[in-house]
Amino acid sequence: MKQLNKMQLSTWVYLLISVLLAVVPFVYDNLSMLFLIVQIFIFGIFAMSYDLLLGYTGIVSFGHAMFFGVGAYGVSIVLERSEEPTMAVVILGTIIALGIAAVISFIAGILTLRLKSHFYAMLTLALAGLFLAAAEKMRDLTGGSDGLLFTVPEFFKDRTNLYLLCLSSLVVIFFLLRRVTNSPLGRVLVAIRENEQRTMSLGYKIFPYKLIISVISGVVAAFAGVLYAISIRFIDTTVFAVDVTLDALLMTIIGGVGTLIGPVIGAGLIEYAHHFLSSELADVHWIFERWVILFGTVYILAVIFFPKGIVGSIQGFVNKRKIKKQEQFDKKQSEKDELAG
Amino acid sequence: MESIIETKDLTIFFGGHVAVNEVSVRIAKNKFTSVIGPNGAGKTTFFNLLSGQLYPTKGEIYFKNENITKKSPTIRTRLGIGRSFQITNVFPNLTVLENVRLAVQSNQKIRYQMMFHYKKYSLFEEQALELLELVLLKNKAHAVAANLAHGEKRKLEIAMLLALETDLLLLDEPTAGMSLEEVPAILEVIKRIKEQGNRTIVLIEHKMDMILGLSDEVLVLFNGELLAQGTPEEIMENKTVQSAYLGGMSNDSLA
Repeated sequence: MKQLNKMQLSTWVYLLISVLLAVVPFVYDNLSMLFLIVQIFIFGIFAMSYDLLLGYTGIVSFGHAMFFGVGAYGVSIVLERSEEPTMAVVILGTIIALGIAAVISFIAGILTLRLKSHFYAMLTLALAGLFLAAAEKMRDLTGGSDGLLFTVPEFFKDRTNLYLLCLSSLVVIFFLLRRVTNSPLGRVLVAIRENEQRTMSLGYKIFPYKLIISVISGVVAAFAGVLYAISIRFIDTTVFAVDVTLDALLMTIIGGVGTLIGPVIGAGLIEYAHHFLSSELADVHWIFERWVILFGTVYILAVIFFPKGIVGSIQGFVNKRKIKKQEQFDKKQSEKDELAG
Repeated sequence: MESIIETKDLTIFFGGHVAVNEVSVRIAKNKFTSVIGPNGAGKTTFFNLLSGQLYPTKGEIYFKNENITKKSPTIRTRLGIGRSFQITNVFPNLTVLENVRLAVQSNQKIRYQMMFHYKKYSLFEEQALELLELVLLKNKAHAVAANLAHGEKRKLEIAMLLALETDLLLLDEPTAGMSLEEVPAILEVIKRIKEQGNRTIVLIEHKMDMILGLSDEVLVLFNGELLAQGTPEEIMENKTVQSAYLGGMSNDSLA
């Protein structure tokens, strides 16, 4: 009960932050900054979907960009081919994109999820590579390496609308995924991450869990791809690149694996760092333009000193105190019981 | 004798080494059977074959007259075979309570529910706490499993096993690593399960005095082979067992 109350408290905190964020476009009209925040929301969603695999189930995938790309291309192709880009077309494109992502993640899951972790990682890398190659070759459909340029309904051209859409998507998906991860199914996922063999000997079948979560993760990643395409109004094959997956990995690890909110914070930090290093600091020294080098260093340091990430480290500290308190309470209680007995 | 689990010519090779060699046994239903044998006799491997952690090279296993030789550990647990592990095998970063709660959740068949918060099923937590009380671990319910002492982890293993409410309990050295003060409490738990009379217990144990008192039947494994099977008295009398396993100890020194 006590924990449930705490949960409600955190829900209120998250909602309050969401409301504060919703006010931002009305008081702050720096277009490039608003665009940056929109990108943070989108990559926050993408990184959360990655956290479901890495943080909650212990699955390392190097091919997560595949779903992001499928979402982005799905909606873009439908929009580009439509005579007039209306809201209905966007909704149709989104449904098609998410449907394709669900089917692909289901099939890819059936083919790969029975493999041991490193084999799975390599195979997902290969699958993503396949999609990248396909996107480059199928020029009629995807525009090849030239990419696709398309128009979107007026509603999405308005920066404030786009901002609010992405923010509300982030908030809704966050709460939905939090419910999933805190459900009986979510707890089994954590058990799988902790000790797969033991989970089996408790009578749980591992494979369906991995499949369910990889489909959910794939669909959420595709939705991030849809928002990305709509926000940029242009996409090319880089959405399938390994860099996109590595960004999600970095965001999740720096923010804190298995926390959901961590990857969103990670997305904020990394997107902001991308922007800050390549635009503002690039004038100061050329090294800042090569932000990949700096990121590599930060990544190594983070893994060594903060393996749990920002949110994970804070949670670890708070939990430790909570457990200590609870243990003292339990001890006192059992001493009391003994005396009474 | 009604048997619950039966093996026929059960054999497993690890490379050239035969860890379990043509073991054919019938284990009586609702009885207490002990498996003894020196280190390396194949006791744990025999358990691994029964619970599905390993698959035999040759031979068959029947549980309640159903051939389960090729069934996965998951299916075997669902059919009613539960086991505890010799090398502690828990979820290290979860709390003690959560370890047991997951076992209760599986037993209650709430497996794919993702719409509600897991705390909604408060009954699971209550059941888990009751089991922790039974194994004298309630005061550590909120500790992280990795931080438990070895003996406490063994107790946790037993609580998780009991949560599954399986008909057959395979206990692999449940008191190993426990302090002398802790052993009687766990024995008490095992005795209580035995007295209920509706579960079959198969136990690997080194503490001879303990098992001889509790056992209805004893299996002796030696070099992967079944050396003898019988009542504790028969085993104590058995000359082959005495020379092979007990190193020629007399009956007096055993008692």
